[in-house]
Amino acid sequence: MSVTAGAPERVDGHPPTGPDPRRRGLAERLLAVRELSLLLALAALVLVTTLRNERFLSGQSVKDLLLGCAILVILAVGQTLVIVTRNVDLSVGSILGLVAFATGSLFLAAPGTPWPVALLLGVALGALCGVVNGGLIAVAKVPALVITLGTLYAFRGVDYYWASGRQINAADMPRSFLRLGNQTVLGVPVLFLVALVVVAVVGYYLRAYRSGRELYAIGSEPAAARLSGIPVGRRVFAVFVANGALAGLAGVLYAARFGTLDAAAGTGLELQVVAAAVVGGVAIFGGSGSAYGAALGAVLLTTIGSSLAVLRIDPFWQQAVVGALILAAIGLDRLLAVRMAARLRGRSAHGA
Amino acid sequence: MAHDSLYAAPPVGAEAEPPGAGGERGAGRLAGLRGALGSWDAAVVAALVVATLLASATVQNFATGRNVQFLLLDLVPLALLALPMTLIVITGEIDLSVASTVGLCSTLMGQMWLSSGLSLELICVLVVLLGAVLGAVNGVFVTGFGLPSLAVTIGTLALYRGLSFVVLGDQAVADFPGDWTAAAVRSIPGTSIPVAVVPVLLLALVFGVVLHATPAGRALYAMGNNDQAATFAGVSVARTKFWLFVASGAVCGLVGVFWTLRYASARGDNATGLELTVVTAVLLGGVSIFGGRGGLIGVVAGVLLLGVLRNALQLADVDANALTIVTGALLIASVVLPNAVADVRGRLHRRRQRATPVAR
Repeated sequence: MSVTAGAPERVDGHPPTGPDPRRRGLAERLLAVRELSLLLALAALVLVTTLRNERFLSGQSVKDLLLGCAILVILAVGQTLVIVTRNVDLSVGSILGLVAFATGSLFLAAPGTPWPVALLLGVALGALCGVVNGGLIAVAKVPALVITLGTLYAFRGVDYYWASGRQINAADMPRSFLRLGNQTVLGVPVLFLVALVVVAVVGYYLRAYRSGRELYAIGSEPAAARLSGIPVGRRVFAVFVANGALAGLAGVLYAARFGTLDAAAGTGLELQVVAAAVVGGVAIFGGSGSAYGAALGAVLLTTIGSSLAVLRIDPFWQQAVVGALILAAIGLDRLLAVRMAARLRGRSAHGA
Repeated sequence: MAHDSLYAAPPVGAEAEPPGAGGERGAGRLAGLRGALGSWDAAVVAALVVATLLASATVQNFATGRNVQFLLLDLVPLALLALPMTLIVITGEIDLSVASTVGLCSTLMGQMWLSSGLSLELICVLVVLLGAVLGAVNGVFVTGFGLPSLAVTIGTLALYRGLSFVVLGDQAVADFPGDWTAAAVRSIPGTSIPVAVVPVLLLALVFGVVLHATPAGRALYAMGNNDQAATFAGVSVARTKFWLFVASGAVCGLVGVFWTLRYASARGDNATGLELTVVTAVLLGGVSIFGGRGGLIGVVAGVLLLGVLRNALQLADVDANALTIVTGALLIASVVLPNAVADVRGRLHRRRQRATPVAR
């Protein structure tokens, strides 16, 4: 049975998450290293780029950068919730597109709608898509990868069917809503502040709440989690609904930021989101990673994009760099995991 | 059969009977029922036949030679890529980088044709070899470093697509000799079946024989069910998986050549997003994403079913983009339905057992 097969080597790839203080300290140190190394990489990148062109750190440029990464940060944080439980949601790009178009259509149909209502409706629609994902996964009992691959197409298809070639322009949307996408508070874009709030809430939830810790337990070993009384099915369902809601939020923000919408909005975004999470240290097979790491991963990926332009490197390199970064990140994770496993083995040998 | 115990305990929601294992199962009414209902291969083939008949009867221009030619031509890349993908998924791995590999091979082909002065024959061979090398990179990361193939191939998906833009930028190379590009779309004389279908069939035969009729093929199922058990049974898991990724890359190279010639254009964005369609076709064909079950007949039927439905709906004036609903719905149905059927069957089975407590 798979329950017992991997038991003795469970450390591999999954920093322990239990309440045991000694082990927890180690796990936290490891996570801290990841977030620290991401920050260092980010700082180095910004430094090199700024040395080349000091305007890279000018107010406008930083504002563009923060604006650019906000949506990816929100999606990456939502994806973290899902990946931590050893699932994945590939449909986020399609949910974003669908919600963005729905928001535009709402303003087209009812121009007087106040933007908070539109925001709530968008989040609700995203959550509904999440319910579809979570429900199908519960019924089919197959990996989320398959179901969300299906809904990636289905949601996108609905989007195309609904739009039937139409495009929604910024002129169709109220000024107050569009301002949401570009306004700044003390020089910081509102969009980025929203993303920060999401990161803080999800990060705190994953770290401090019982049900948040249970998500790690589910991802480390679903069978063991079930045996220890965690309502695995309910938690996984909730995680997909939450991720859908966050994708919905991202969709509304997308509409506010870009104004011009067609049915193709957010196509292919899902891989960027997964890439951001993986670069941010969220293990693709669950059980480890943090919302902060994923958010930093998203910021790093976005920054690479803009600094390549400043460094006069062919922008076509961007995607290749992202790919190389993913490979480096998972390779590094593997290396750390192997080292830690060796260290833990050594320690238990001393103890015995 | 030593391997049979590996199939004996299907995971929750067992879908397809692994081909070849069904024969050894117990006889009797129940087995017959299970055979009729449970063979996903048969279900997909039946769906394909029904869809084809329905489309021929109701959709104008569907059953014309010209349409059949285009339908098959469009399916060649998908069918080719689905072959190695089937084997990879059966071992419990996945290769999401296939479409990007096709794109990179296509742009490399364009670049070589533009600047190397080599003959096109040699370039085609080189491109296939390069594809194999790109696949070997995946293989090294997955088997050498022990990384999850899902993450690795998402990485190479981005890397290879990025590199294909690096090679040609947003330019396209289109000045391939006319007789080559014409050959890519030519039909077998006297029929409306494209010549390109022949290599697809040959490769399908090769992959089918390897998968279903050789010890190596049985070993793929074994490692898909349980890596460790397969290792203990003397299967060299890492080496086999490595060569599967190499094979996948080589096929991608071949598809790159075909794609470039068929559309007479080498571009960085060739075949973008095709990886998801390939995975869809493979899963629709009854291959379990957990690994360990599925067969090539189902996959070929799945590819054709996907093609027929999309083509028929397109002819019926459904917006091409909205057709993704069909792809998605088919995929979801293909994983939800077998589980529902298995559920019902399990309930029936239990009821019957309760009625007749004496074992057969």
